[in-house]
Amino acid sequence: MKNFSSAIQVIPLEHYIILCTTLFCIGLVGVLYRRNTIIILMCIELMFNSVNLLLTAFSAYHSDPAGQVFVFFIMIVAAAEVAVGLSILVMMKRNVDSVDINLLNRLKW
Amino acid sequence: MVFLFYFLSAIMVISALLVVSTRSPINSVIYLIVCFITMAGHYILLNAQFLAVVQIIVYTGAIMVLFLFVIMLLNLNKITVPTKTSLTRIAALITGGLFFLVLIAATRLTFEIHPRYAFDSKIGLVSEVGKTLFGEFLLPFELSSVIFISSMVGAVMFGKKDK
Repeated sequence: MKNFSSAIQVIPLEHYIILCTTLFCIGLVGVLYRRNTIIILMCIELMFNSVNLLLTAFSAYHSDPAGQVFVFFIMIVAAAEVAVGLSILVMMKRNVDSVDINLLNRLKW
Repeated sequence: MVFLFYFLSAIMVISALLVVSTRSPINSVIYLIVCFITMAGHYILLNAQFLAVVQIIVYTGAIMVLFLFVIMLLNLNKITVPTKTSLTRIAALITGGLFFLVLIAATRLTFEIHPRYAFDSKIGLVSEVGKTLFGEFLLPFELSSVIFISSMVGAVMFGKKDK
């Protein structure tokens, strides 16, 4: 327990901000870069997780457990989102026989 | 400790880059699992034991297995989806890089500020998180069951074969 508390005091909070920003931007690039729907869903998970890590870091540095409860709620919403998103993907595969996101453009114009 | 932080961060960023850049979805899922496990390591470094365990159980145990099941069930690894045009891909990279710069520039002014809070090493333990969850956040916690049941109904509705 002593070691962990020293870890929080040794590493500055800015490093967590930079790390989480990097991860969030990798997820954003993945959403824009790929056409495979399942990889787009995974990149959304990556962005969720970078926000979770940053919330936990702020919570630990400010000694406030509310931030970790928020992370718990974000995990709940992410689980529900993945269930609905994957069922949409199954439906898409069944209807158009592909997972290419560019085929879902009927609402575009 | 500092070495452990940078080691975990390096593995996390590299596996996240591989998630985006790998061709096959199965490999993407495996790299995402690596990324989530290193994130659980970060939670342990931050002394958030409860979140570390939940991360392992919920993310790498449930959500990623769901992804793997869908990939196997629909045989998605065989299907090749064409890549976007190179113009779109360059635009995506530039957008991500600019967003990174904007976020870093926006938070850079706060880097010099170091507020001092009394350090409490018991914050991330199950008892503390549980007291906050069932005290201050009891109503949102109960309402999250509504989210779950509605998403379950939605998933069943989508998954049903339409007549």
